[in-house]
Amino acid sequence: MRGSHDMGGQPAGPIDVVAHDPTDWDKLIDGTFSALAAKGLTRADELRGVIESMGDAGQNLPYYERWCAGLMRIVLEKGFLTQDEIDARLAEIRLRSHAAGG
Amino acid sequence: MAHDPHDHDHTHGHSHDHGHDHGHNHAPPQPDDKVHSYYQMLGIAIKELLIEKGVVGADEVRAAIEKRDSITPANGSKVIAKAWTDPEYKKRLLADGNKAIEELGFQMTTTHLVTVENKPGLHNVIVCTLCSCYPRDLLGLPPSWYKSREYRSRVVREPRAVLAEFGTILPNETEIRVHDSTADMRYLVLPMRPAGTEGMSADQLEKLITRDSMVGVAVANDPPRH
Repeated sequence: MRGSHDMGGQPAGPIDVVAHDPTDWDKLIDGTFSALAAKGLTRADELRGVIESMGDAGQNLPYYERWCAGLMRIVLEKGFLTQDEIDARLAEIRLRSHAAGG
Repeated sequence: MAHDPHDHDHTHGHSHDHGHDHGHNHAPPQPDDKVHSYYQMLGIAIKELLIEKGVVGADEVRAAIEKRDSITPANGSKVIAKAWTDPEYKKRLLADGNKAIEELGFQMTTTHLVTVENKPGLHNVIVCTLCSCYPRDLLGLPPSWYKSREYRSRVVREPRAVLAEFGTILPNETEIRVHDSTADMRYLVLPMRPAGTEGMSADQLEKLITRDSMVGVAVANDPPRH
């Protein structure tokens, strides 16, 4: 079966030819992944693999959100972090952003 | 705080199951417009935790970002201008891209660089249909359109129409070859040297060599008219 990442030749609309610069958050994701890869803790193939395994849910995300979802899979699967740690930190960040008026 | 939300529009169809990773994700994103901020927070959480647990150092993440920022299409322009002005270098670039760019102080860290040469009657363009592989070690981060579903889907089937959307109209008799990158192999287009640049130095030529011309959605710029 054709995976949803395998989109070569599929119909699609016009291209937005304006190049949007990466945001600070995009760079944070790229930098975190690249730092792990530089230490040999992951590699591009692995990120691609976990993203492909997400199917449409992955392909429908914007680019670095897709990376972020893939990065989460990798750090969980390798035992670098636990889901509980991530959940707890997310709750903290929500509080922080509320405190900051966000 | 430093991480402002993106201000771009999400043009893809939103569905409520975004980010519901299969399996062990029991912290699903909030529905609808919260999806975006969910990932913003998730990315920050992962980075913070990896640093706190000593998996990577804050300095290592910062260095990775700075290294990425330091790589721009100007690096590729230097390679192309050298190939235009030094036939022996061009041969080496076409034979072994990795070695040739190292001569100029650049490095492909984990991937092979394959250079494809434009000639009269032959135009090359690169894509990664399966993900968004790009010669990022030489050209920096790919432009947003390179990563888009539209570009990835269409350029392999209707390259001429896609190039036209970038304002690049090629003669009908010009063959267009589309090269599909992989995680391990990255392509670089060697554009044709424009007419009227015979007396120009490599430094002057570099300014004519755009990122888009090295991806192949454009040709190199013409020299300024005097």
